[in-house]
Amino acid sequence: MVDLRINCAGIKSPNPFWLASAPPTNSGYQICKAFEAGWGGAVWKTIGAPVMNVVNRYAAVDFNGQKIIGLNNIELISDRSIEINLKEIAETKRLWPDRAIVASLMVESDRKIWHDIVKRTIDAGADGIELNYGCPHGMSERGMGSAVGQVPEYCTMITEWVTEVSTIPVLVKLTPNVTDIRFPGRAAKKGKANGISLINTINTIIGVDLDTFQIEPSRGGKGGHGGYAGPAIKPIALNMVSEIARDPEINLPISAMGGISNWKDALEFILLGATSVQVCTAVMHYGFRIVEDMIDGTTNWMEEKGYTSLDQIRGKALTNIANFGDMNLLSKHVAHIDEQKCIHCNLCYIACEDTAHQCIDLHQKKGKKQPTVREPDCVGCRLCYIVCPVDHCITMVQKDNGAQSKTWNELVKELPQPLSIEDLRKFQHKHGIDVH
Amino acid sequence: MNNVAPKLTSKEYEANFAELKPALTDVAALAEANRCLYCYDSPCMTACPTHIDISTFIKKISTGNMKGSAKTILSSNWVALTCAKACPVDVLCEGACVYHGKGEKPIQIGKLQRHVMDWYVEKKMPQLFSPAEKNGKTVGIIGAGPAGLACAAELTLLGFDVTIYEASKLAGGLDTHGIAPYKMQQQDSLNEVKMIKRLGVKIKTGVRVGKDISFGKLEKTHDAIFIGVGLPMPAELQISGEEMNGVVNALDFVENVTKRKWKSVDVGRRVAVIGAGNTAIDAATEAKRLGAEEVFMVYRRGREQMSAYDFEFELAKRDGISFYFHAQPKKIIGKKKVQALECLETRIVNGKLKTIPRSEFKIPVDMVIKAVGQNIDETLLVSIPKLKIKDGMVVVNAKSYQTSNPKYFAGGDCINGGKEVVNAAFDGKRAAYGIHNFIFRKK
Repeated sequence: MVDLRINCAGIKSPNPFWLASAPPTNSGYQICKAFEAGWGGAVWKTIGAPVMNVVNRYAAVDFNGQKIIGLNNIELISDRSIEINLKEIAETKRLWPDRAIVASLMVESDRKIWHDIVKRTIDAGADGIELNYGCPHGMSERGMGSAVGQVPEYCTMITEWVTEVSTIPVLVKLTPNVTDIRFPGRAAKKGKANGISLINTINTIIGVDLDTFQIEPSRGGKGGHGGYAGPAIKPIALNMVSEIARDPEINLPISAMGGISNWKDALEFILLGATSVQVCTAVMHYGFRIVEDMIDGTTNWMEEKGYTSLDQIRGKALTNIANFGDMNLLSKHVAHIDEQKCIHCNLCYIACEDTAHQCIDLHQKKGKKQPTVREPDCVGCRLCYIVCPVDHCITMVQKDNGAQSKTWNELVKELPQPLSIEDLRKFQHKHGIDVH
Repeated sequence: MNNVAPKLTSKEYEANFAELKPALTDVAALAEANRCLYCYDSPCMTACPTHIDISTFIKKISTGNMKGSAKTILSSNWVALTCAKACPVDVLCEGACVYHGKGEKPIQIGKLQRHVMDWYVEKKMPQLFSPAEKNGKTVGIIGAGPAGLACAAELTLLGFDVTIYEASKLAGGLDTHGIAPYKMQQQDSLNEVKMIKRLGVKIKTGVRVGKDISFGKLEKTHDAIFIGVGLPMPAELQISGEEMNGVVNALDFVENVTKRKWKSVDVGRRVAVIGAGNTAIDAATEAKRLGAEEVFMVYRRGREQMSAYDFEFELAKRDGISFYFHAQPKKIIGKKKVQALECLETRIVNGKLKTIPRSEFKIPVDMVIKAVGQNIDETLLVSIPKLKIKDGMVVVNAKSYQTSNPKYFAGGDCINGGKEVVNAAFDGKRAAYGIHNFIFRKK
């Protein structure tokens, strides 16, 4: 029997799927509707300093006819009053006691103001607090959001103000708009945070109108950077989550987000160390109903694999992350094209010929142009595999027996330093590796 | 004619002749364009007789570069709108689409090409090509069908002064006179004529070469002559009764229908169409759509030997056309007006078609449409000195399209015995280069 229950830094929920702090969690009405659909938790849209929004808050990147591969926004934190939000938190918690309600907070950098809102949030009955150090637009210009997340010292300071009065778990939500995500993560740890949420949105300008030269979308002639989310940012989020998860100085539970659209995405984040996963863009595209497949798909996958609890898989992919210097240089793979499956689009040919290593030939066969790999020249780069539109047509075939291994880190210890290209060539030649 | 079928209401005619394949919406076209894999050296391009760079024009639709897309198409094919609507895409470009290999539907290339050409017409056909400076040479073209038009357009770009002589009142050849209205409208072809005229091509309509102007005069006026006269002579059945009222040639019948004055085209209540090619199918379905109660296609061989494309056969079946296979027309029966078609059953003996003695049967009909093929006008072409004709086709050099009389070039149906518009368009274009080389390099 699969059990999807989780406990993220002391915040419990019946499944790992939480709505991220964003427009979908703007009100008790919406969150109740989401809980009815099956969401395990919700991070309330950030409560705090008074704000006023503009129109045309959202913009999206469509790709080849596919809508919203990335979503940009400049909506600010909740524009409703603290009182109304806290009242609705209390009401929602009473109606849905088994679900996680986490209050996202953002106020001015003043200890008293922070103490006040934290206490009121606890009184409202929230299960946890998420500190919004991430919003990259609007609030940051006022010294809040990512303005905090980008300076580790501020991160620690405000986290301390919160944790010194909080009786409920505190998650710190990080901005990805930094050069090394581990530093604000360590700062949060130093401030006694109970867990880390990441990633918030990424600074982006979505586009320029070719007729008016205005920034898309234009608000009275002006536009600017917003926070980017959605499927396009998932790989960035996966990497940052793994960096936080692998950092021995942090070692905190993670609530992960960034482009999670379905159960597969969610599992990837869990395999890289996440305990709960948060979703926004996919819900903004399709509504709360998508959680049904997230629960169903995860359950089916776990049943098929024989897992009963998410604890059994959490972080299981982390050990497979390696630095380049620890990868086997002698592993030999070459591309192989299955001529039975090939549909003769020749995209592999032109990709290899123009942009890779010129090792695919086209020759006439049964009235069609058949691409074939010239194996001795194939460096195994995998570009052809990526461009091929047919499943399992191009495969990367292992040509070594796996017995030989030499990593870069091992190699540089053996070869005279400073390393010369001649010595490297000798090594390559010895192992039948031709560089062309 | 006995028993003229009752006329339909205008609304019924419009419905019966409405387009079978409606245009894509902008959104649908964009989605379809994005589905294209943008193959390299794509099989669809190879399959197109004019070798339109299909994946490139589709890519340009997806990037919103409609003008560039139109130019990509037209630079390979001057009658691309007609081809988009009338080409047998199932057996050409779409038949070669790599998606077949994935077990998925091919890209709707015909509809995408039409999408671009409709856009081009809607934008009032802006000039996309600049003709070269006049080279002082002049070419006369006989026939303003797709071969002649393509040849004229290409020659004009090369700097030639080109005049087309067209016997009909309207230019466009079969594109204008021979395509069923539910496939395309006559105006589509006339728009293409207009576009080609705007390049600087002169078209003299209502001028029959050999009658209104002699070949000798033509030869004196022009440095070279292109023959694009098609196959204007209907093949005869050579049975008795062909002269009767109610017997018509398929091409005449089809031409009347393209004029869109359907009320004025009489059709019998019961109609026999003799033949089983694509024109026969057009005639049969058009007769049905004009109000004929029963239409029979009569063919002396079997289904497998039909030259009509499968999709045309399916269309005829959907229209409720009946088929008499292995039926050889013997005579048309009637008193000045058709009353019945008498046939003999046939069978294949040792690979040869044989009629079965005493197997006569009669099909009572009011109208007989003959669609057993078209021939070249030999009486016209014998006036050209030393012009070699073989098997009813003008003989040309496969590369230069030059005939046995060096001043004459030829292309289209008159050299291939009757193929598609797209083949004629390619011939005309290639012949233009043959003419250019003849005048400037080999002379």
